[in-house]
Amino acid sequence: MTHPTELTIAGARAALDRREISAVELTRAHLDAIAALNPRLNAYITPTPELAERQAAEADAALARGEGRALTGIPLAIKDLFCTAGTRTTAASRILGNFVPPYESTVTANLLRDGAVFLGKANLDEFAMGSSNTSSAFGAAENPWKRQGEEDTFLVPGGSSGGSAAAVAARLALGATATDTGGSIRQPAAFCGIAGIKPTYGRCSRFGIVAYASSLDQAGPVARTVEDCAILLGSMAGFDPRDSTSADVAVPDFAAAVARGVKGLRIGIPREYRMEGLSPEIDALWQQGMAWLKAEGATLVDISLPHTKYALPTYYIVAPAEASSNLARYDGVRFGLRENGEDLKDLYERTRAAGFGDEVKRRILIGTYVLSAGYYDAYYVKAQQVRALIKRDFDRAWGEVDAILTPATPSAAFGRDEKQDDPVAMYLNDVFTVTANLAGIPGMSVPAGLDAKGLPLGLQILGKPFDEETVFAVGGAIERAAGFNALPTLRAAA
Amino acid sequence: MSYTIEGSTGPWEVVIGLEVHAQVTSEAKLFSGAATAFGAEPNSQVSFIDAGFPGMLPVINRECVAQAVRTGLGLNAQVNLWSRFDRKNYFYADLPQGYQISQYQYPVIGTGQIEIDLADGSTKQIGITRLHLEQDAGKSLHDQHPSKSYIDLNRSGVALMEIVSEPDMRSPEEAGAYLTKLRQILRYLGTCDGNMEQGSLRADVNVSVRKPGEGFRTRCEVKNVNSIRFVMQAVEAEARRQVELWEAGEEVVQETRLFDTTRGVTRSMRSKEDAHDYRYFPDPDLPPLVLDAAWVEALKAALPELPDARRARYVGDFGLTPYDAHVLTLEKETAAFYEAVAKGRDPKMAANWITGDFFAGLNRTGASIGSSPVSAGDLGALLDLISDSTLSGKLAKEVLEAMFETGKPPAAIVEERGLKQVTDTGAIEAVIDQVMAANAGKVEEYRSGKDKLFGFFVGQTMKAMQGKGNPALVNELLKKKLG
Repeated sequence: MTHPTELTIAGARAALDRREISAVELTRAHLDAIAALNPRLNAYITPTPELAERQAAEADAALARGEGRALTGIPLAIKDLFCTAGTRTTAASRILGNFVPPYESTVTANLLRDGAVFLGKANLDEFAMGSSNTSSAFGAAENPWKRQGEEDTFLVPGGSSGGSAAAVAARLALGATATDTGGSIRQPAAFCGIAGIKPTYGRCSRFGIVAYASSLDQAGPVARTVEDCAILLGSMAGFDPRDSTSADVAVPDFAAAVARGVKGLRIGIPREYRMEGLSPEIDALWQQGMAWLKAEGATLVDISLPHTKYALPTYYIVAPAEASSNLARYDGVRFGLRENGEDLKDLYERTRAAGFGDEVKRRILIGTYVLSAGYYDAYYVKAQQVRALIKRDFDRAWGEVDAILTPATPSAAFGRDEKQDDPVAMYLNDVFTVTANLAGIPGMSVPAGLDAKGLPLGLQILGKPFDEETVFAVGGAIERAAGFNALPTLRAAA
Repeated sequence: MSYTIEGSTGPWEVVIGLEVHAQVTSEAKLFSGAATAFGAEPNSQVSFIDAGFPGMLPVINRECVAQAVRTGLGLNAQVNLWSRFDRKNYFYADLPQGYQISQYQYPVIGTGQIEIDLADGSTKQIGITRLHLEQDAGKSLHDQHPSKSYIDLNRSGVALMEIVSEPDMRSPEEAGAYLTKLRQILRYLGTCDGNMEQGSLRADVNVSVRKPGEGFRTRCEVKNVNSIRFVMQAVEAEARRQVELWEAGEEVVQETRLFDTTRGVTRSMRSKEDAHDYRYFPDPDLPPLVLDAAWVEALKAALPELPDARRARYVGDFGLTPYDAHVLTLEKETAAFYEAVAKGRDPKMAANWITGDFFAGLNRTGASIGSSPVSAGDLGALLDLISDSTLSGKLAKEVLEAMFETGKPPAAIVEERGLKQVTDTGAIEAVIDQVMAANAGKVEEYRSGKDKLFGFFVGQTMKAMQGKGNPALVNELLKKKLG
């Protein structure tokens, strides 16, 4: 039989339901893998083996009673941005290093309702700010993939959901929760050779997720197959009256859409994404993706999204502006780190100086600046106007196409020490992904091939608001056509 | 006659605008389900949302919005069907989120106006600039410990309405009358309890002075004044300070000031230079507040009668004097008491008794309408005893006094004290006969034309009857017997 950590979620579901494996066995296999590999990969900040064992035992009992649900006994990693009742939730920041929430996020509560087992809290960039998982106060997470012939080079798993993606790629979890503000699901999924979807803004509740940029943040899953992503999203999604931006729309059967095929679908190819300096490898992969879809019966349509080039600067105004306000609550007064001072102002300054890392401070400064009197109109208001235009670009495109195909990232995973001196070079990682956040539309990354050095590359599918089903259909088609079966160097049972 | 301050350079006019913070009457806070009762144990009414915990999100309380809309309708103001919540960012220990959720650019209520009543009987229209909803902050207690501050978050997140007036007031009296009227309207609407001692209603007073005919000069804002009397005192003190500054050749600096109630002066709190840059921006956690026009109409249709309308009705339908109508409508509770007494009775008589002997009784016993020992039902019963001639007006006053002392109904007091008026003509005639016999000389004088003596006979008869004779019958029978 397949090693338990090699199962897909769908496969594990079937094996559990047929009692070929118990939830406890499945969970222990993952806990063993975590014990063996996490010291190296640092994919988890806080493994929770006791909790996982307990939940797995409960899952077995539920299965024995015939009360299994969609995720009963499925072991998952939870990005450490989701508040989990009784389990430390750090947002990978010193300032929340000792924070144990007394409440559960809606998304994780939904997963628990459906019987999931939580293996631990996954690493991320501090407060989800980053594209490399190197800004974590708990150390960088490592990409389990290696460049051929460079086994010693530490590659980043991408970010901010780097720990989630690395854990899933290295077989330290069957799937994971993640969040995506500018590409934080899709870019690490692409870097780690797995699938990940950022659903439509409002599809998953933000209640209980440590906020980075509220108008852009959206939870979604990463997993090793498109179908697994669909299964997880089906459980995570749903209207939540505790989040005013949550959408009161029905959750369709996402998994059923995966095998739907693309025959008759019109797929947009946005010419503005063929950017100057786009690597020939990425371009070739994109062309390959187009050819696959065409072969499956889709029609390719050349489209224009004219305001694409303004997306990245717009994002880097809107997101820091919201972050500067969202992170004001970390002041040392009620919870988290406190560094005592001479007076209140001194307490704030010491606490925040010690509690936040450089990237977080940088974004708070940028955000404070763009909201300041005299700059607000030139930056924040202008960015909101451009954001509306970017959204309009997509609204117009939906008149012509059902989904859009683009590369997921401008490159494969890079080394930990590359790009660290130049924040703007780092920000360019998000160039293909931020538009979906600004427009609030769903976007998925699917592994589609390898670069010359054997590192995975992903393709991105963008869809209409609340039409994740078409995104899954296109993602499923690409996955079947690509037949991606390469494996990372570092993985359990390898 | 307009109010001016006489300076050494001549008269100065005072310009006043008020920003009133009114706590919304509601069970729960503006964006969380936590309770809002006053006087609870510190930090016992705090949700994780109010405490600004990670991942917590605000959800608007529909009832608070309804209260703001009712208030806007009561202020004859524009209801904006589209409005928005913004974040006002600043750091303070009792502001858990590091920002206050408020409505900066697009308030739920736009311009309106109210009519204020002045002591000389005149009225004046005061413009309302806007009303918006916002969260209250918590409370910092700096006097509980030598080196620490205590924070109570019970108030954190409680809904406030900030009601901003136009700079239309020109005297301390007008400022006081405005706040009185605003408070009255809020209490009638039931949208704010108006309790200034508990901080449910607080005013920031903007004051500037100018020479008659000039444009506006620099204003100062006197923060958090918590009584109508203090508002009037603060206006006067601040206006005098500014006149003195201008006349000494100095400038008034725009700043925030506090009113020192013990010394009756204002003092500087912070100047414009240390003013915060609040970095307002739309709260991304809250979609725009979109109201359904039909919902607003339904709230409007269910609005209670407001003081101005009620006063007009008392004058028009009941024939009360404008003054009595004003006094009876000042407090919602008084008006309700009056209507209970007047129902099915002579409304003018009811008004006279309430504004006269009843209020005097409340004053004497230190009671309020709410705690009055005399209920509306008992006062009404007393009026009935007058109408059916059981009691004379004079006896009724005695009975009312006894009602205040004992809390008993009038019938019981009449019974106990044997105060019942004598209407038996035989009994009255017998007394009259005795009085006439005892004063035969006076009878002669009267009959020879000294009409003024009639009052003497009335007095003697009533005296002999210990005041219980029905005055009308006594008069009638005396006239007959004296011829």
